[in-house]
Amino acid sequence: MVYKFLVRQIYIEELVIFGMVTPIRQSVPLKGKKVSKEVIRLRNVSKHYPMGDSVVKALSHLEFKVFQGEFVAIMGPSGSGKSTAMNLVGSLDMPTFGNIYLDDKDISEFSESDLAQLRGKKIGFIFQSFNLIPNLTVRENVMLPMMFQGEDIDVRREKAAELLKLVELSDRMDHYPGEISGGQMQRVAIARSLANDPEVILADEPTGNLDTKTGAIVMEFLEKLNKKGKTVIMVTHDPELAEEYADVIYWLRDGILEKVTKKCGKRFMDVTRKKKKEAREKTVIKATVETTKKRKGGK
Amino acid sequence: MKLDYLILALKNLKHRGIRSWLTLLGIFIGVTAVVALIGLGNGLEAAVGAQFGVSTTEVITIQGGGVNAFGAPGSGVVNKLTTDDMNAIDKLSSVEVAVPRILASGKVEYNDAVTFEIVASIPNGIKRKWAYEIFDSKVDVGRLLKDGDTNKVVLGYNFGLDNKIFEKAIVYGKTVLIQDEKFVVIGILEKTGSAIFDNVAYMNEEPLRELMNYGDDVDVIAAKVHNEDEIDRAKEDIEKLLRQRRDVKMGEEDFEVSTPEAMMETVNSVLGGVQAFIVIIASISILVGALGIVNTMTTSVLERRKEIGIMKAIGGTNYQVFLQFFFESGMLGLLGGLVGVILGTIVSTLGIVGINNFIGGELQPTFDFILIGGTLFGSFLIGAVAGIAPAMSAAKQNPVEALRG
Repeated sequence: MVYKFLVRQIYIEELVIFGMVTPIRQSVPLKGKKVSKEVIRLRNVSKHYPMGDSVVKALSHLEFKVFQGEFVAIMGPSGSGKSTAMNLVGSLDMPTFGNIYLDDKDISEFSESDLAQLRGKKIGFIFQSFNLIPNLTVRENVMLPMMFQGEDIDVRREKAAELLKLVELSDRMDHYPGEISGGQMQRVAIARSLANDPEVILADEPTGNLDTKTGAIVMEFLEKLNKKGKTVIMVTHDPELAEEYADVIYWLRDGILEKVTKKCGKRFMDVTRKKKKEAREKTVIKATVETTKKRKGGK
Repeated sequence: MKLDYLILALKNLKHRGIRSWLTLLGIFIGVTAVVALIGLGNGLEAAVGAQFGVSTTEVITIQGGGVNAFGAPGSGVVNKLTTDDMNAIDKLSSVEVAVPRILASGKVEYNDAVTFEIVASIPNGIKRKWAYEIFDSKVDVGRLLKDGDTNKVVLGYNFGLDNKIFEKAIVYGKTVLIQDEKFVVIGILEKTGSAIFDNVAYMNEEPLRELMNYGDDVDVIAAKVHNEDEIDRAKEDIEKLLRQRRDVKMGEEDFEVSTPEAMMETVNSVLGGVQAFIVIIASISILVGALGIVNTMTTSVLERRKEIGIMKAIGGTNYQVFLQFFFESGMLGLLGGLVGVILGTIVSTLGIVGINNFIGGELQPTFDFILIGGTLFGSFLIGAVAGIAPAMSAAKQNPVEALRG
């Protein structure tokens, strides 16, 4: 109970070290939906940024697991570390501590280029500000991820056309991003994210720059994709949006995982695993402390 | 696959602002200078060669040295060559034939208009044929001179034009006054492209000697060798012979024996100096252009950080990002080169038209496709090399930071 008042990132790691707080672990597969394979897993991940003499702890001890076919939301207000979490989940960034597994492979073992290739194949990104390349037409934007995978140009052209048909933009293929609306740009981004047929779609505030109506259209597409079996991870600050679409929601605050909720029928249930069996947990903490000390000693 | 990156680079170039194109100024000014210079240089060489009016490379020109006054070549010389010198040269084994030539400045009158032009001689007998061959004389209208033509004259091409030598063109069959004597124009020669040869009046040697009181003097001797390879030996033979005959020591010659090659060398050494100067300027310009590309590419990488972030997020490896910027830079250089080649070709063509107008020649602009291809490849290379450092910095961007923009 004490820890709830002290959830400040500066102290939290020390608290963990001294065994006062249990890092939250969640790893329950979804019931009802067919979930099988674990796609992405973050194990006790922390991300620290040096800032002058001090260190900003953007994320501490995050445990995160996504199974194939899930719709997961990472929720949190600004500054909660959700962007950091997204970068880590998307393997754009490396954790300061902990491990990230993409398809059961530890990403720290990959070279930068191999990781880029793997990322291009496994993860499709959708960004808040669409992030289309302005000098390329809509179609060429969709073709780009396939080019990086060494796909043949004819295949690329054809597949891009197919994907744009899927997001109902066949008539805008040869337009430049500047010539279409925000909602359309985000649909192009969805098409692009699907280019290499990835397992995971990682959407960072996909409706953040859109009005409610176009935002809903974009979300519908994401929902449709999820129903077709794509794993979707969405980062958002909007709890309503998260609860409307996601199966599992990770609530972040001040760089700490606050709780994990899961859809049960129409309601969400707190499934955060904490302090159920104090004794068992404490042994886990001890082990963590020891490994942390070892690591610190080693550095 | 690399072609994809080239196409991508081209697409990006299409959207470049005017600032990028301005940085190419250096490259294209440099390339323009080089291409124009080489094109013009070839034209100039040809132009100067034409001025000597020698069509074959097997002819040695001999003239008296010393005072090189104004007027026709060989005239105004103190110790003139003589017909005996000519006959002696003719007998040399390395010389096939020696043709004498008198070049006298004379008063030419037509329709009450007076001008002073060079009157040149054509030898009699067997040497007439050689003379026509060596000087490549062909008539445009009428006929060439024959043995026994005394009061007859053949005129250079320019006499047949309006507003060139005389206000009104001289036509075949008319009579002109040379040194107040009447001569019938029996032919007008074809255009040679040489301002000297097109302005000359030709008559037989004997009447000209009488008219100008020449005695035994000869202004120029043209000696034809058996073949081109023997030209240096023939030159030595002639020099040795003339030193003996005129009793001068080596290094103190009062005559000049010049081969077409030597003449061209003189011309080329002058042209070479000019060329070297322009090449230095052009190199500096290209260097500045290359630095311009480094600059514009560095700015571009900074401006397009977000784009780089996107490329990395959607699976672009460092090498793939590098390739795109590298090709973009190369294409910038190539485009600079292309503009330069086009401008340079225009400049050299205009220059050659100018030379033609000035000397009345008919030089054709030359297009050296190897030169053009080489220049374009070189420009691409300069651009690419200039782009290596910026492209590497693009490739090394951290995706998270780059995405932030």
